[in-house]
Amino acid sequence: MKLALQRCCTTPIFLKQYETSTDAILGRLGVQLTDKALNCCGYPLKNYNYKAHVLASARNLSIAEKRKVNIMTFCNCCYGTLKEVNQRLRADRTLSAEINGKLEKEALKYEGGVEIRHLMEVFYNDLGPECIRKHIVKKFKGLKVAIHYGCHILRPRDLVQFSGPGTAAVFDDLVAMTGADLVPWHLQPECCGAPMWGIDDDLSAALTRKKIENARASGADYFCLACSYCHVQFDRVQKRLLDEGSITEPMPTILFTQLLGLSMGIDPNILGIWKNQIDISPILDCIN
Amino acid sequence: MIFNISLYLSLIIFALGLIFKISTWFRYNFESTNKPFTATERFFAATGGIAATLFSGKVLILLKSLLLDVFCQRRIMRESRLRWVMHMCLFWGFTLLLLMHALEGMFTSNLFADYASTLSPFLFLRNFFALLVFVGVGIAFYRRFIQKAPRFSTNAMDRYALILLAVIMISGIFLEAAKIGSFERYSQMVTDYADFDEEEDLKALEALWVKDFGVVSPNLTTPFDKELLTRGRELHEMNCAACHSRPQWAFISYGAATVLRPVALPLDRSGLVTLLWTIHFLACFIGLAYLPFSRMFHILASPLSLLANSVMEKGKSRPANMITLQMIALDACTHCGSCTSRCSLAVIFEEIPNPNILPSEKIASLKTLASGKPLSEHQMTVIQEGLYLCTNCYRCTPVCPVGINLQELWFDVREAVLKRGYPELLVLTPFSMYRGLLSPTLAKADYHHAQKQPMVGIEAVCSALSNPDDPIKPAQMDRDFKKKMLSSANGSTFSYCFTCITCTSACPVVRSYENPSEALGMTPHQIIRATALGVPDLAFRSRMLWYCLGCYQCQDACPQAVLVTDVLTELRNLAVSRMKNQNRRTGERS
Repeated sequence: MKLALQRCCTTPIFLKQYETSTDAILGRLGVQLTDKALNCCGYPLKNYNYKAHVLASARNLSIAEKRKVNIMTFCNCCYGTLKEVNQRLRADRTLSAEINGKLEKEALKYEGGVEIRHLMEVFYNDLGPECIRKHIVKKFKGLKVAIHYGCHILRPRDLVQFSGPGTAAVFDDLVAMTGADLVPWHLQPECCGAPMWGIDDDLSAALTRKKIENARASGADYFCLACSYCHVQFDRVQKRLLDEGSITEPMPTILFTQLLGLSMGIDPNILGIWKNQIDISPILDCIN
Repeated sequence: MIFNISLYLSLIIFALGLIFKISTWFRYNFESTNKPFTATERFFAATGGIAATLFSGKVLILLKSLLLDVFCQRRIMRESRLRWVMHMCLFWGFTLLLLMHALEGMFTSNLFADYASTLSPFLFLRNFFALLVFVGVGIAFYRRFIQKAPRFSTNAMDRYALILLAVIMISGIFLEAAKIGSFERYSQMVTDYADFDEEEDLKALEALWVKDFGVVSPNLTTPFDKELLTRGRELHEMNCAACHSRPQWAFISYGAATVLRPVALPLDRSGLVTLLWTIHFLACFIGLAYLPFSRMFHILASPLSLLANSVMEKGKSRPANMITLQMIALDACTHCGSCTSRCSLAVIFEEIPNPNILPSEKIASLKTLASGKPLSEHQMTVIQEGLYLCTNCYRCTPVCPVGINLQELWFDVREAVLKRGYPELLVLTPFSMYRGLLSPTLAKADYHHAQKQPMVGIEAVCSALSNPDDPIKPAQMDRDFKKKMLSSANGSTFSYCFTCITCTSACPVVRSYENPSEALGMTPHQIIRATALGVPDLAFRSRMLWYCLGCYQCQDACPQAVLVTDVLTELRNLAVSRMKNQNRRTGERS
């Protein structure tokens, strides 16, 4: 299988381990990724210049269409943005003609033939749970994980249609396959706070802190997530809050690709286990 | 006479230009550091830094960088093979022409005792180097004007450089061609160097030169008989061969001479050689004098930037030197467009036509900023917008062929510009995350000031009904605004609202405050209400609108299928264009 990977703009500087772990897993599962020509999905522009945000995503869609591949994202914000734009362009002929007029300069055109896949969907729907199960060689024992879904694989439900409304059962199933115990917690579907970081840090921190406290009170030892913005927030920003003393106990965060990679027996160095700001290496003791 | 005057004049301008440009490396800055450095401090920091580097192990890193980055240009190789061929051809072709041909008196004739410009291998090499330059220029021309990648801009500076280069090269080739065919030159040389003066001998030599050396003679025409040529060859061996190889070695010029042959005589008589020579040296001298002020200055600044970058690092090197390095970087930029071709946001230039979005075009504005030239508020906000429209994705920096740390440059300049206090609405978007993550490197006051400014700006412009006790009158309804909202598929859903407050109850931002109205202004359902009433200002200046996370909890909770989050998005877009229009109007007035 071949997919165009929409790399998130935050990963090259802050989250190289998300790239390396994703590459390693998909390499094992026989998925080929191409990505060089894709640009920013347009997410940060949505509330500033909606059309510019559409154009940014549309260019990526048109490149994928030209190469006859679907787009995979490992960031929920990219996922939500591409999905929304894709739907908009399919439904709104006027907008689509206007955007295509701009893409024409690069000899590009989008006709609506590309599907957007979240990493989770690639694992669960395209490759199938059996394929993933086959590759799992080690299982976690006694690892309590609070799954943080991230907003844009949940809402708006009409658009996303990820799995059941309000949940992302696919995510739960995949994490359960690695042997980790899922902890239910009631703030699970809430925002991580990342969209406000840099705008109003106090608000952003309040949202993050609430989630950390709730997950901890529910008995979880780790967050597990599959979104670059959420991870930057729960790892880097949490580290800052710890250093400042506004949180006392850390709640380490593992990327889903790191979790799955470990249970597939991939070298922890490649998965960038030591690259997370808040140490997650004790997790290696939970796997046999 | 003209030659000497123009040579010295151009050398003086070149030297003064060089001094001026180098002085700007120490004088200019973006005011990006809290502690300003004087030019003298920076000059001594630089000399100290250079001395310390040269007498340390780092000299090996410098040598490696000189070999790989400067001489082999590996950074361009990584980018594109075609560009590497182009640039290697231009760089080596031009450098070798300069050393072997232009500076023959200084280098070549000292290195090779029997040097003569008309003798091979020099005769051949001059043409070979010229060929390299032509191949390079050809590829450059192809890339800029035929391949034409989108957003690959060619500015006036690029055009002057190409034109000047073309004049120098073409005049040089035709000068050599004209000399090959010139009978006047030939006669002059015979008068000066031949040690015989018999009519028959002169004729024999001339015959040989007409046949083998491309001279176009008014007296003789081919074919010649064998004996005459044999005699001619003997005389040639004795008198000319020490300094003259066959002109065919100069393969380009000889070709040009062949083309010129039918008209060579009249042109020669009218002084073509002198004319071309004058054009050639004048073009070279203009190029020399113009060099410090043109993009060709990168010939000096780029290697310097590459070498300095190989041994310098933010946090480790002295801050004064980091500023100086950024100033050198501005001159090192060759406007090649690599950064723009990789830019994550370049595509939006088609929608937001602000050239400062494109990294390669930002540099021009940065030069203006660095020089301290006064800019109007409008010009500043345009630059500021371009600087903020950057996802900090780190794609431009690794591909810069002259090794500029663009990522850092953008960040430093962005912060320096924000300090001037003009409100930037983009601060209220996720573009700010990078800034937030790097905030420990910023002064606290500056960091927070830039966060607060946009709301101040919005409150100043969107001020209708600012007294909460004032009643809303029907006349205050903004019909244009309502029409816009109603014409948008998602935005128009506000009209389904029956104010049940479910959206506000679902909002995690509202839930974060004890007194939401005080902290946020209007809450989501009130914003929807304000929209229905047609008073956008109430919504626009509510912090809630700008603090919306886009998490869609409200939208999914709404029993009336109001697309709450999408309505908020629509409102923010309208607010942004209102603010931008306001800016433009003030800009035009001032």
